[in-house]
Amino acid sequence: MTRGRWCGWSPWGPRAARIGAAMLVLMLESAAVVRAMAFSPGETIAAAARRVVKVYGAGGVRGLEAYQSGVLVSPAGHVVTVMSTVLDAEAIDCVLDDGRRYQATLRGIDPQRELALLEIEGEELPAFVIDEAAPLAVGSRIFALSNLFGVAVGDERVSVQQGVIAAFVPLAARRGAYEAPFQGDVYILDCTTNNPGSPGGALVDRQGRLVGILGKELRSATSGVWLNYALPAAEVATSYRQMAAGETIAPPPADAATAFDPLVLGVVLVPDLLDKTPPFVESVNAGSAAARAGLVPDDLLVAVSGRAVASRAAVRQALALVPEGDPVRVTVVRRGALVDCDLGPRPAGGRR
Amino acid sequence: MRRTPQPGFRWLCRVSAVAMIAVLPSARALAAEVPEPVLAAEQSRIEAIARGARAAVAIFAGEAGGGSGVLISPDGYALTNFHVVQPAGVAMKCGLSDGRIHDAILVGLDPTGDVALVKLVGRDDFPCAELTDSDLVEVGDFCFAAGNPFLLATDLKPSISVGIVSGVHRYQFPAGTILEYADCLQVDAAINPGNSGGGLFDARGRLIGVNGRASFEKRGRVNVGVGYAISANQLRNFLGFLKGGRLVDHATLGATVATDEDGRVVISDILESSDAYRRGLRYDDEIVSLAGRPVRTVNALKNMLGTLPAGWRVPVVFRRAGRRMEAVVRLAGLHRPTELAQIVAAEEAEPQGPKPDGAPPAPRPTPATLPEAVKGLYEARSGFTNHHFNVLERDRVAAGIAASAASAATAGVWVMSGRLDSGGAFRIELSDTRGVIDLPTGTSEVDATGELDADPGPPGSGGMLAALLLWRRLLLTGPAQLGRTSYWGTQPRDPAALGEFASPDLVDVLETAAAAVEARFAVAADGGVIGIELWPVPDADPCDVRLTPRPDGPPCLPAVIEVRHGDSRFGTFQIDEIRFEPAVPQPAGETS
Repeated sequence: MTRGRWCGWSPWGPRAARIGAAMLVLMLESAAVVRAMAFSPGETIAAAARRVVKVYGAGGVRGLEAYQSGVLVSPAGHVVTVMSTVLDAEAIDCVLDDGRRYQATLRGIDPQRELALLEIEGEELPAFVIDEAAPLAVGSRIFALSNLFGVAVGDERVSVQQGVIAAFVPLAARRGAYEAPFQGDVYILDCTTNNPGSPGGALVDRQGRLVGILGKELRSATSGVWLNYALPAAEVATSYRQMAAGETIAPPPADAATAFDPLVLGVVLVPDLLDKTPPFVESVNAGSAAARAGLVPDDLLVAVSGRAVASRAAVRQALALVPEGDPVRVTVVRRGALVDCDLGPRPAGGRR
Repeated sequence: MRRTPQPGFRWLCRVSAVAMIAVLPSARALAAEVPEPVLAAEQSRIEAIARGARAAVAIFAGEAGGGSGVLISPDGYALTNFHVVQPAGVAMKCGLSDGRIHDAILVGLDPTGDVALVKLVGRDDFPCAELTDSDLVEVGDFCFAAGNPFLLATDLKPSISVGIVSGVHRYQFPAGTILEYADCLQVDAAINPGNSGGGLFDARGRLIGVNGRASFEKRGRVNVGVGYAISANQLRNFLGFLKGGRLVDHATLGATVATDEDGRVVISDILESSDAYRRGLRYDDEIVSLAGRPVRTVNALKNMLGTLPAGWRVPVVFRRAGRRMEAVVRLAGLHRPTELAQIVAAEEAEPQGPKPDGAPPAPRPTPATLPEAVKGLYEARSGFTNHHFNVLERDRVAAGIAASAASAATAGVWVMSGRLDSGGAFRIELSDTRGVIDLPTGTSEVDATGELDADPGPPGSGGMLAALLLWRRLLLTGPAQLGRTSYWGTQPRDPAALGEFASPDLVDVLETAAAAVEARFAVAADGGVIGIELWPVPDADPCDVRLTPRPDGPPCLPAVIEVRHGDSRFGTFQIDEIRFEPAVPQPAGETS
């Protein structure tokens, strides 16, 4: 709720509204009580929850959860979620509020905002209108909907928490030793959304409109405390349009030289579970550069553009060292023989 | 909670704007002009929280820590968690929000459900909370927790944390081998270590659950906005057993289920010794509903089962080859009795659940060292948490039976006559020495002085005469003289109707072992015995006798007796006359 909204309801013109707004401060406390007591937002929450999906993919070991959340943003089956190791899977499943389960296709990734676009082939899918709601002011009350701790399964409803927008500030966060790529403004929430499974969930206003997407599990770069934050809907909308249009989103330049995600070329490697996970190909996305080059599942990458690669991490580093636009040539072991594959020019993006 | 639509709220805002403008010159006057609905709502919340706070109990288990509890009756019964009282042993100190400390004694334990019942002493007018119907709670509803997080309540005033209901019908896997949270409420009100066992209340201050668990995992042992409470409806199902001082067990169907490729929940394995098998359930049958709740996921079945006590009979709807079938299935215990006792003993050694610190448990008080206030309130017995309370409950039910029987039934020979539903007359004679039944198909007689398992007559009934002989003896002599009789707990008045109503209509049940048979008597609140189940052979189908009194007659005397055995109905007896004759044996075969 903002003062502006209160003014909007005033039938006595702008002057009266200004006076009303001035007095509002005194009323806010008790008005909040009325809302809490007399208005149970069950219907609003139920409607929003139908637009949140439970996402299942890779993980389940070494503290990496195999689940997260996502939001439906178009009736055609577009799901925006966060980019994470959960999506490093041959099969990504989305489960709706009514228990319908769909296998999702990864349609795009946004390494800048760490978002990803999934597509499911469903009918009559409920969806949020991404930029329907106005940005929220600090102090606004919100609901966060997500499958935290994976507690909801099948047709069980995702969890809902209530809270308040605490701040709207640039994100300065890290994951382990790595700085988070997105450094634009985010909503900092007075609401514990920093839980396993929450990333990708919906932040909605009191009318149930999407105002943001719950961010990944990150700590503050300065204090180290876990951050409860959400990417604002405007950023989500921009990202979604670019991903849906098939645009390649460049990663932030700072980190581009150190790692490049082979997923951009259509190569899904086995989940990165060990310090030196051998870079076996788990699957190859249809229509991708890797598919055209003839890479197949179970290929073991041994060299990338002349550099020997012994692990998944080495593949990412070796790819990052290939200048943008230069040919990517990989050598794989397939049925005991060395096979060379040409993946074409290295595109931009891919940092994660 | 009243749900005001948005337009109403906007109207309220306009009214507030008018009110504010009208009193603009004076802030003090403004305060006086706060709209009535706002003040009323605020007052309502203040009162609800005050009610919850008064019912809150701070439990202290000495050096072993402690937690919270919530009073549910004026005579001092309070619910809490098993893992809170476990380190305290059988006696503990409990603080109320008025600053007074009361002694309390452990009454009943449900280790699987993580529930304990204790009784505070020293008053008969304790402030208490009303258990409400938790199936009516909706996601988004206002709720608050009152408890003793981090044992902060050194002045005994509880901490209040508010939030909303985040999820309902949640299933939380057992931690280790025990402490399963089924069909629980999930809240974002802060639930921290020490809140365990405290009440979760709705906007009117009614008890919707008992807080017990939170998702902590990687953030350390503090609230992350994800707490779980045992639902009030589950608590109500077990309350009778807990009041009876029992060590309560949860239920199992005797079958395991799995989701098949079509998403159906099907039986993947079934024990041939289970009642589910005897009632006709088989491998690969699809479970459609259990106890009235639709089963669409394995979790949904576990959820429903987890709220039910061992021994209850519940309706099960299942489907086989497209055909829908129904059965009323008796649920078995999840554990063997010795297993439960071992779990309790093991938990003593290594208590689980949220604890404010890792302090080792203090030595448990023994009955000999009990505080003076609770000295006479504890009796150890195998299979019970506190047998003293079983005797209390048994005697309470016995007093009800005696009061209802005193006016209507007398010693001597009882002769009941009338007509069978299926046609033909019957005559039943019950005395101290024998039981005789004349039916159109023949006459059966049972010697009442010997053991009753020898001849479960009349043939096909599973032991109708034995059941009625024990019933007569119960009415005339009371349970203490009947045999080894204890208070069993409560069960739904009509198991087949379970699930049609959110809160089942529960009746007391006495359990007796006498004359080589076992029997259970269901006793209504008016003292009338409304059901008898008699097992001539343990773990087989009992003879199931339902007694329906005349609406205008005494509750102890039936107008209709319905007898079932297994899946078949033996007969329905419409009683025209009950006579009490002097104790002179009559020859069998005479009809009145």
